[in-house]
Amino acid sequence: MTEDTKFHHGDVPEHAPIVEMRDIEKHFGNIIALAGVSFDVKPGECHCLLGDNGAGKSTFIKTMSGVHKPTKGEIYFEGRPMSFDSPRDAMEAGIATVFQDLAMIPLMSVTRNFFMGREPTKGSGPLKRLDIEKMNATTMEEMRRLGINLRAPDQAVGTLSGGERQTVAIARAVHFGAKVLILDEPTSALGVRQTSNVLATIDKVRKQGVGVVFISHNVRHALAVGDRFTVLNRGKTLGTATRGEISPEELQDLMAGGQELAELEGSLGGTV
Amino acid sequence: MSDSASQSAVDERLKNESFGARLMKRPELGAIAGVILVTIFFLATADPAMFTLSGVVNFMTPAAQLGILAIGAALLMIGGEFDLSIGSMVAFAGLFFAAATVTMGLPLSIAIPATFVFAALMGSLNGFIVIRSGLPSFIVTLAFLFILRGLSLVGLKLATGGSTQLRGVREAVEDDWLAPFFSGDAFSGLFAWLAKNGLIETFKSGTPKVPGFPVEIIWFLIIAILATWVLLRTPVGNWIFAAGGDPNAATNSGVPVRKVKISLFMVTACCAALVAIITVMDAGSTDARRGFQKEFEAIIAAVIGGCLLTGGYGSAIGAFFGATIFGMVVIGLTYTSFDQDWFQVFLGGMLLIAVLFNNAIRKRVTGER
Repeated sequence: MTEDTKFHHGDVPEHAPIVEMRDIEKHFGNIIALAGVSFDVKPGECHCLLGDNGAGKSTFIKTMSGVHKPTKGEIYFEGRPMSFDSPRDAMEAGIATVFQDLAMIPLMSVTRNFFMGREPTKGSGPLKRLDIEKMNATTMEEMRRLGINLRAPDQAVGTLSGGERQTVAIARAVHFGAKVLILDEPTSALGVRQTSNVLATIDKVRKQGVGVVFISHNVRHALAVGDRFTVLNRGKTLGTATRGEISPEELQDLMAGGQELAELEGSLGGTV
Repeated sequence: MSDSASQSAVDERLKNESFGARLMKRPELGAIAGVILVTIFFLATADPAMFTLSGVVNFMTPAAQLGILAIGAALLMIGGEFDLSIGSMVAFAGLFFAAATVTMGLPLSIAIPATFVFAALMGSLNGFIVIRSGLPSFIVTLAFLFILRGLSLVGLKLATGGSTQLRGVREAVEDDWLAPFFSGDAFSGLFAWLAKNGLIETFKSGTPKVPGFPVEIIWFLIIAILATWVLLRTPVGNWIFAAGGDPNAATNSGVPVRKVKISLFMVTACCAALVAIITVMDAGSTDARRGFQKEFEAIIAAVIGGCLLTGGYGSAIGAFFGATIFGMVVIGLTYTSFDQDWFQVFLGGMLLIAVLFNNAIRKRVTGER
C-alpha cells in the first residue's frame, strides 16, 4: 500500500461541517433505499463514502445534491437546516456534483464546456456577446491550477483523456464556487496513471478549502487520498473512521458485509 | 467553434498547426470545397454567361430561397432535432399570407407579422410535441409534413371556392410601403448608377441587365450572418450546440434545453414563413405545391454545410454554401449541354460524399479512433 500517504499532507483542519446529514432515510414505495445514514463533510477535507454496489451510495449522493428529498432525517448546510428542492438549489448553495457522465459534450471545446450554461458576456443590447478571451483565459488558468496544461482552450473535450475530462469537470465546479464537491466514482473508469492524476487533483481542490465527498468502491483509491471514511452497507452507515484508525482489510470487510469476503479473498490469494 | 484567442503560455505539446490543419477543423470546410469544385466544373463545361453578374444573380436567387430554409434547418439540426415539415410549412404559411392579404384584404404591416406569429405557433406545436413525448422529431414532423400539406390544399379550396391556387396577391399588395422589403430587387438605384457608368452590363436601351439584387439574396445574407453571430458569439449559440451535443449533460449544466429546442422549431418555421412571403409576393399567387420537397433539399444543404445528423455540430456559413452549391447546380446545368435531370443524381451524390466526409471530420474532432 505505497499509495497510502502519497496524496495526503498534514492533518484535517478542525472546522464546523459545511454539510451535515443526520439519520437520512429514503424510501421508494416499499423499498427502503436508505435506512438511517449520517454523514458530514468539513471544509478542506476529503471524506470518502465507501460501499459495494447496491449499498445506497447513489441514492445518498442524490439526496445530498438535491435530486431526491429525504423521507426522514435532517440536512444542515453551514449549521442551518436546509431543504433542497432541486439540484439547482443545491448548486446555488455551493454543493456541486460531478456525476460519472461528467456533463461534458465531446464535440464542444473545453472552454465552451467549461462555461456551458453560465457564459460570461460583454457588451449590451444586441451587441451582447460571449467574452471569448476571458473564457479562454479563465479555462486555461483554472486547469493550470489543477496541474493540467491544456494544449489549447478550443480543443474539443472529445480529444482529452478520461482523467483530463474529470479534471475539467472538477475545475468547472470549483470555479463556480463549490464549497462541497461530490465526486461520484471519479476513478472507476480510469487507468493507473490517470487515477493518480485525479487523486492529485482531489488533493489540490481540498487544499483550496473545498470539502470533497469522494464516492468509491475502491478501498485503495479511497485510502490514498481520504481523511475520513464512511462505509455504507445495505442502506445504513456502518460508522466513520479517521485516517490511520483503520486498515484496508477492515474497510474491505466492512464494505462487503464481513466474513464472506475474507474467505473469498483467502481463496483468491489476496488479490481483491 | 474555433474560439481562437491568443494564448499566453506556449505549450511544448502544441505542435504548430498548419493553416490547413486548422481549416480541417471547421465544419463548413466541406461546403466551401464543394463550391470551389462545382465552380471549376461549370467554368469548364458551362456557357461563360453563367459567371456574369446576371448569371450569378440567376443561380443565387433559388439558392437564397432554399438557403433561408437551410439555415433554419441547420440551426435546428445543430440543436439536435429535425423538421421535415418545413416544405409543407412554406405552403401553409403561403396560404395564410395570401388569405390574409387577398381574402381578408389586410395591409402587409398586419399580414406579415401575423404570418410569422402563425408560423411560430405551428413551430412551437411541433417542438412541444417532440419535447413532451420524447419521440424522435423525425416522426413527429413527418406527421406534420402531411398534415400541413393537406391543410394547405383544403384551406386553398375553402378560400377560393374549389381551386388549389389563390391569385391576386400582387394586386393586393402592390402599393404597400412594406412590399419592397419582401419582393422585387434591392439597390436598383445603385445598379442603375453602375450601368450608367458602364460598370455593369446593360441592354441596348441603357437599362442594366440586372436591375438589382433580388431581395431574397439580401435576406439570405442577413440571416446567414445573424445565425453565425448567434452560434459563435452568444450564450444562446453555446446552448444550441450543447442541447444538440448531449441534452442531459446540457440540462445538468443549467442550459434550458427545452426552451432552446422549442425556440429553434419556431425559428425554422419562421424561415419557412419568410420564404413563403417572398415567393408568394414574387409569383403573385400561392398554390398547394409551394415548397414541395424543400424539407429534404434544406436538410441536404445543411448536411453539405457540415451539420451532423446526430446534432451538436455544424455551421450556418456551411448551410449558406450548401445552398449555394444547390443553386449553382440546378441553374448551372441549364448553361451546359447536359440533361437537366442529372441534377438529382448530383444532389444525391453530394449528400453521400458530405455525410461520409462529415463522419470522418467528427472522428477527427472528437479524437475517436
